[in-house]
Order: sequence, then structure tokens, then C-alpha cells
Amino acid sequence: MANIGLRGIEKYFGANYVIRQLNLEIADGEFVVLLGPSGCGKTTTLRAIAGLEEIDSGLITIDERPVQDLPPGERDIAFVFQLFALYPHLTAFENIAFPLRATGETRAEIERKVKDVAASLRIEPLLAKRPSALSGGDLQRVAIGRALVRRPKALLMDEPIGALDAKLREDMRAELKRLHIENGTTSVYVTHDQVEAMSLADRVAVMNDGVLQQVGTPSEVYLHPVNLFVAQFVGSPVMNIVPAEIRPDGAETAVAIGGGPAFAFPGELAARLGAALPAGHELVVGVRPEAVRVAREAAPGLRPVEAHFIEPLGAYDIVDLKVGERLIKARTPSGFVRRPGEAVWARLDVPQVHFFDATSGDVLKLEPAHG
Amino acid sequence: MAMVASPGKRIRNRLAIAAVLVVTLIFLAPIYWIGSTAFKPRDQATSVPPTVFFTPETTAFVKLFTKRVQLRQPVEPETYAAAPWWEQRIFDGGERVLRVKGEVQLSAYPSRFMNSLIVAITSTVLAVGMGTLTAYGFSRFRVPAENDWLFFILSTRMLPPVVVAIPMFLMYRAIGLTDSHLGLIILYTAFNLSFSVWLMKGFMDEIPKEYEEAALVDGYTRMQAFWKIVLPEAVTGIAATAVFCFIIAWNEYAFALIMTNRRAQTAPPFIPAQVGSGLTDWTTIAAGTFLFLLPVAIFTFALRHHLLRGVTFGAIRK
Repeated sequence: MANIGLRGIEKYFGANYVIRQLNLEIADGEFVVLLGPSGCGKTTTLRAIAGLEEIDSGLITIDERPVQDLPPGERDIAFVFQLFALYPHLTAFENIAFPLRATGETRAEIERKVKDVAASLRIEPLLAKRPSALSGGDLQRVAIGRALVRRPKALLMDEPIGALDAKLREDMRAELKRLHIENGTTSVYVTHDQVEAMSLADRVAVMNDGVLQQVGTPSEVYLHPVNLFVAQFVGSPVMNIVPAEIRPDGAETAVAIGGGPAFAFPGELAARLGAALPAGHELVVGVRPEAVRVAREAAPGLRPVEAHFIEPLGAYDIVDLKVGERLIKARTPSGFVRRPGEAVWARLDVPQVHFFDATSGDVLKLEPAHG
Repeated sequence: MAMVASPGKRIRNRLAIAAVLVVTLIFLAPIYWIGSTAFKPRDQATSVPPTVFFTPETTAFVKLFTKRVQLRQPVEPETYAAAPWWEQRIFDGGERVLRVKGEVQLSAYPSRFMNSLIVAITSTVLAVGMGTLTAYGFSRFRVPAENDWLFFILSTRMLPPVVVAIPMFLMYRAIGLTDSHLGLIILYTAFNLSFSVWLMKGFMDEIPKEYEEAALVDGYTRMQAFWKIVLPEAVTGIAATAVFCFIIAWNEYAFALIMTNRRAQTAPPFIPAQVGSGLTDWTTIAAGTFLFLLPVAIFTFALRHHLLRGVTFGAIRK
């Protein structure tokens, strides 16, 4: 087991700049998920750690040892591929034993290690079968077995459960979590599925366009996104992003969305926003659906809005509220808003509202105003 | 649940089977013709209309393999009785087998046949071997101007062979490669290589590169990954390519005719050369042709499972 360091990694595919000055430190035993849309460079980053992709500049260390010039086989890592990459002409046993044969272990050792890893993955009855006779979930179990059997310093996984159907994905997610807790292998996991990222990761590294956007625990990334990209990529349904007009209003700050009714915010907000936002830049408000509180009765601080569309999702409903000219999504208990067109009341939960510089995309850090 | 075919479908099925039968018969007819002629008595071989029922005999094959001379006088009955069965067939035809110091003199056919085997097998092994490696390179690595190279490789097959035959002959004569096994092997290998590269590239592209990457990560070198993973996966493609290359090399006529005359001559130019200006012995030619068909048939039959998978490779989504 080992820590992994990525320092100043750059990678070009021809004229495409696919990894841009990437810095990331992964601690020993940590489970880090690289999260981002397709084409963001996350898989290339993972393949660079494995040595399957050469980098143009930068330093990759495994266990403090620079490895960027070593062939994959000398980095002591294991890789799990999205499409399993099990050898069709070998049985499950031989597939799992394959890495051990490279190191010339004795027959008895190989037998013992394969049996051990098969037991922990509960695939012992499948060892004599060929990949063509296995189901998707079992294929990936065998592939993970092949990765773990050598006890590598790090386990790299490229969307390992992306090819499975939804139910199976859920089971495998739980199983991957269990395996990580049991083995404590340093793991780097690539996915575009934020649910996978949130549920598996110790830390999530969000990437876009070859740039590492934010690294943090799942809750940090969720609760404190550093920019509009992270705010909108993490979380489902996505965060509401709406332009807003800010003005001081007596002891309060009025935040008006879509030319509609203004929501009341603490009085110092206007000054702090004024200090944080560069002159000439637009401002947008980001608020997750669960931070939009809906009531059926009027009360102080609530503003009248109209329910436009209701999406029942079982455990809760997502209601599109018409706020002025804009629609914002709110999360309500299921059946709370009875029908589209109903007039209801809403407010925004102040601590959960984010303000972004729409021009740069960065979140505005609201330091207390001077004086 | 059993499928219940509609009457229309059943009729279509029967028509399809009938069509397959007719096509098969058309394709097999020349082979039957050659096969039956090889076993016919000489006087029935060219009779019009052709005889369908006859007593098969092996005289043509005995003649094919031996050197013979005309008998000046009838053979002694005791010599005839003492001769082995095959020599008696020759005596029956008014000839005797040529012997030098008691040794039966073989005709040129066995050595020509051997030449064909040597040249076809060696050039197939070389073309498929080099083609597989080249295709692997093109399939897996970023080759500068890859498409230009591939086009260039293909372009070597664009001229009709006859066009280059004379210049090739002059070059071969200058470096002493005419009438040599090596010369023909080089020629056929070069000829088949472009074909082999293109065909194998298709097969290589079908093998997911993750297979080797998995092996590379697991501590194998690229060469080991190639041997342990890529080759077993490519067996189907290799078999299909080998069959095609072998057939081309085995059947090649034009270059063999120009480049060789004795020592390295292969069977294709030799067999028709027996059609003399005088009396042509069609049974012997048929016997030579019939034997000539066998290696390709055996080779193809032996690899038929791979071949069926090979030609449909890539058509089936995995």
C-alpha cells in the first residue's frame, strides 16, 4: 500500500491539451474518486498513473518513488477496466492467476492466493468457467479478483461498474466499499456518476476540461462547491442557478430572482457581495432544491410563488416553482404540492444559498465587510 | 415454444435449399470431372459423350509418378508375372518403367509437387507471421502517416502481376534468384504480405487493447502480452489469413512460369506443360491435377472452424 502523488501533470493528445497542470495527493489507504463528464481527462489521468498513457510533463509518485518513466508492470498497481478485459480463452481461475504467473510464483502459492481472493469475492464456484459463461456482475468480480490477487500498492478503477445495469451497480457499489474497508488498498476510481462518487469516496476530485476543479470530501464538494461547474455537476437534481438582483432594503438585503418577489437576506450581505464581486461582473445565485423551502400558508419571510410542474419521485417530489420569470426546483415531501398551478409560499434557506461570479464562474467568498 | 413456419416461409426455405444444391453441383462438377478422368481408362477419358460408369483404375497415377519408355516388343510372360501390380499397369499400356541400375526412375511430378509445398508453406508462414506483427503495430501504436503506409502497402497489389513479371525476371536474373526456391518464396511472401497485413489489421482492431493493457499492468512485457494474449485471441484471423495466403501461393501460375523452369518449378506450370504437341494423355494430367487439389482441400478442411468464424468475424456484436 502506498500514497500517490501527482504534481504538475500535463498531457497533450496532438493539439488537445487534455490534462492541465494537475496536482493531487492521495494518501495511503485513501479512496479517491475522479469525477467529471466524459472527455474531462479523468480516465487519461488514471491511465497516466498506471503508465498506460505517457505524460508530457510532471511527476507521478507511488510510495514517494517517481514512476512516470517506468513501464506499467514496474509500478506495482492494478487496473480494473470498464469492460472487464478478462481473457476469453482462459478460465476465471486462470484469469485471476495471470498476474501471479508473471512473477513466477509456485503452483501451490498461486492456487492458495486465487482461492483466497475468490473466497473474499464469493466467486469460488465460478473459477472453472470461462468469461463467456459469466454474468456481468460476476465478470467484474473476477476482474476485481485479478486486480486484488497480487496485493498491489494501489488499485485503479476505470468506471468498473459503468457497464452493469442499475440494480447490479448498486450491489457492486456496496461490494466495492466493503472490499475497500477490508483491504484498505489505496484506490483511485474514475466515474461520471456522482452517486457512485459520493457513496464510495473518501475524497472526490472533480475534473472538467482537463482542469482539476475541486478536491474534497463528498460533503465538502456538495455543500461548498468552488465554482458553477462543480455546483451543477454534483447533486441531483441539479442546483438552481438564477440571475439575481441585489439591493439593500432597510436592515435587510433583498435578493430578487427573475424580476419576481425579493427574498430577504441578512443586511450585511449586500456590502459583502459588493466587495467580493469585481466591477462589471454578473452575479448568479445557486440554491439546491432542498434549500428551497415551500409552505402552503403565508408566514413572515415567505414569498408567494406558483407551482408549475410536479415531478413525483416516490420518496419526495421535485416541484418547479415559478418565481417571477424564472423556474426554480424545490424538493418537497411527496404530495405536498397537490397540483400544478397551485399558489404556494417559498423562501430560500440562507446558509445554503451560494453566490457565484457569473463571468468567472467562481463562488464568491463572502468575507465580513470592512468596518 | 416451437416455431410454426408459415406456408410461404416453408416454400421459400425449400427454394433456398434447392438453390444451394444447384450451386453446389455447379461448383463440384469440374472437380468431379477431373477426379473421374484421373481414374478412367485412357480410351474412355476423351470419349464423346463422356462415360459416366466405368471401372476405376490407378494406371494414370502410376504413370504420373514414373518415367516410362515405349516397349519395342511384347513383354515376356514371366517378366510380366514377376512384376508388381503397378508395373503391370504400365506393361498393359505398351510401355515399361525406366530403371537405372534397377532403381525405378521417378517422373518430375513428385519434385514439382514438393517444390509447390515448400514454396507455398514457407511463403505462407512468412507472410502471415510478418503480416500479423505489422498489423499489430499498425493497430496498437500511433504510426506517423499510418493511412499513407497502409495505402502504400495495398498499392503493391494494384498492378496486375503480369505487368511486373518481366522487370522482376530481369532483376531476378541479375541477382541469380531465377529458378530458386528462395526467389519464389520472396516473391510470394511479398505478394501475400499486403493482403495479410490488411486482413490481420482488421482482426487485430477487433481485439480490445485492454487485454494487453491488463497484462502490461500485471507485470508482463509487451512481447509476453502479445504471445500470451494477442496471439491466442487472433488465432481465428491467423487461420483465415493463412488459408487465403496458402491458396494464392499454391495456385500462382504466371510468376512460377516465368521465374522457374526446372529445379524450383512448382506444379502449376508443370502440369499443363505435359500437354504435348502429339498425343496428350489426359488421364495422367487429370491425376496430376487431382493430387494438386488435395493440399488446399485438406488445409482448408482442417481449419474450417476457424475459417467460418474468421470470415464472419466482426459481423457479430459481442
